[in-house]
Amino acid sequence: MKCLVTGGNVKVLGKAVHSLSRIGDELYLEPLEDGLSLRTVNSSRSAYACFLFAPLFFQHYQAATPGQDLLRCKILMKSFLSVFRSLAMLEKTVEKCCIALNGQSSRLVVQLHCKFGVRKTHNLSFQDCESLQAVFDPASCPHMLRAPARVLGEAVLPFPPSLAEVTLGIGRGRRVILRSYHEEEADSTVKAMVTEVCLGEEDFQQLQAQEGAAITFCLKEFRGLLSFAESANLNLSIHFDAPGRPAIFTIKDSLLDGDFVLATLSETDSYSQDLGSLERHRPVPQLQAHSTPHPDDFANDDIDSYMIAMETTIGNEGSRVLPSISLSPGPQPPQSPGPASEEEDEAEPSTVPGTPPPKKFRSLFFGSILAPVGSPHGPSPVLAEDSEGEG
Amino acid sequence: YGLKRGISNMIAKLAKTCTLRISPDKLNFILCDKLANGGVSMWCELEQENFFSEFQMEGVSAENNEIYLELTSENLSRALKTAQNARALKIKLTNKHFPCLTVSVELSSMSNSSRIATHDIPIKVIPRKLWKELQEPMVPDPDVSIYLPVLKTMKSVVEKMKNISSHLVIEANLDGELNLKIETELVCVTTHFKDLGNPPLASESTSQDRNPEHMAEVHIDIRKLLQFLAGQQVNPTKALCNIVTNKMVHFDLLHEDVSLQYFIPALS
Repeated sequence: MKCLVTGGNVKVLGKAVHSLSRIGDELYLEPLEDGLSLRTVNSSRSAYACFLFAPLFFQHYQAATPGQDLLRCKILMKSFLSVFRSLAMLEKTVEKCCIALNGQSSRLVVQLHCKFGVRKTHNLSFQDCESLQAVFDPASCPHMLRAPARVLGEAVLPFPPSLAEVTLGIGRGRRVILRSYHEEEADSTVKAMVTEVCLGEEDFQQLQAQEGAAITFCLKEFRGLLSFAESANLNLSIHFDAPGRPAIFTIKDSLLDGDFVLATLSETDSYSQDLGSLERHRPVPQLQAHSTPHPDDFANDDIDSYMIAMETTIGNEGSRVLPSISLSPGPQPPQSPGPASEEEDEAEPSTVPGTPPPKKFRSLFFGSILAPVGSPHGPSPVLAEDSEGEG
Repeated sequence: YGLKRGISNMIAKLAKTCTLRISPDKLNFILCDKLANGGVSMWCELEQENFFSEFQMEGVSAENNEIYLELTSENLSRALKTAQNARALKIKLTNKHFPCLTVSVELSSMSNSSRIATHDIPIKVIPRKLWKELQEPMVPDPDVSIYLPVLKTMKSVVEKMKNISSHLVIEANLDGELNLKIETELVCVTTHFKDLGNPPLASESTSQDRNPEHMAEVHIDIRKLLQFLAGQQVNPTKALCNIVTNKMVHFDLLHEDVSLQYFIPALS
């Protein structure tokens, strides 16, 4: 296999490798007739990622030297990533990148042709491997949404970078909701902040899902694809099914395809109800820039005798300091009867609709040795490690 | 807006957990001098009308129309960070599975669609019996009161000093001079700041007794000073330092409409 990447595409390739590195520690490189595929899977087999670069992405692409079989290999992600570690450097100094698989010496040779005649050659040792194939079919997922990656990127900004999991669901009025997910620990005294972002249907190019549909998946793994998609200015599609079934995230353009398949939390129905019931507790905020809040908004959410509400608007209003509007007091919350009851008045948490079972990301893949090589069949996402070996 | 977030960022750097006191006309961020804080205390005050177009609150009762909440400052600063380019911000006290301060931000977006981000910050309501520990600290009569030099400069000096010694002497006089001194067996380093200016003294009598060049000094933990300086990203409108010899140093800052007071006790 030999291929040559030039110009801006070198950085695109680098970014793809960065994305893949968020998922797994080993990179499966497989030249196919329809392009070069880079795949990885995480150690718990709960996330799979694949980028397929079409032959047109390359200035020159040769899947296999004539007469030879297609080689495929597995290399340490760390090693391959180190070649593309500095994206800034790739953009500024690298003019061409040449990748060649040398079967005889068992080396993957990556050569960066840089400015001023500098040439950096990396010889990475690889292992022969079986083909990493995950079988999945986005068309079999009943729910789907598609939006520019930028929209999803902005939606994800409010979440802390350390957040592991997020729940994506469709709420009332076909609003798409992303909420931070934390494992419930019954007696933990320090609760985590819950962040929720609510987007309107209009932000999506396509939204095909029922209200109440929701899945929870690993945000960190998703961010890998999201950042690539944002930088390439592509649309991102999310295909999903019931909780527990894998969710498929795809991006596509004429030169490349990206597919990330992530396991979702397998929960009983109480979980998706959770999303719905919380919606019911809180009236859907009809926030327009200049409206005064309804007294009801606050009354529903009072903690016993305490109530505060502060609102500010900016932008068109001009100066930040606005004349204070005195609101007529809303319905008076009940006065607390006396000092004794105050200390206990730390509002009792309302009943949680069923404690979710301990988190389990079911492994996506069952190691089936029976699935044959070649065309994927059937909608069940099964990782088939081919029984026939080598390259 | 930027200011509000600036404040919460500052508080987050100064105190991991702090108390938010809400009263009809102002908001206070409080850190009281418990052992856990190493004796440091902080009092930050802002007038609600400078920030909010609508403000509505009801405290425990008519005579005690205040609310005291304990929260993790970083949560608040992260929540407000979302509001950077927002159309509207709403903060209210809610109870969703646990008591929290809900910060609801209407994000600006290209289309007319409304995009809302909500942060539920878990809080602990502080019962009234503990309120007396959270009152505005008494500011004792200082021996010397002086305007501070540029905080960034002070911070870089103290940062370097931290590598040499764990404690430092801060001293100043009524002649506009402030020194930061550290001393170990091997080395002694002093940084001198001159021509800082002193605010007019409160009482006439003290000024007559005192030799203006006489230094009032206090020995403090260098990390506490550094933590305070690290929280100051923007140079304040006004910055004052009050020293009570061998007792404590009191920093009194004003960032536009927000006042911040920080007390560091002397090392015993």
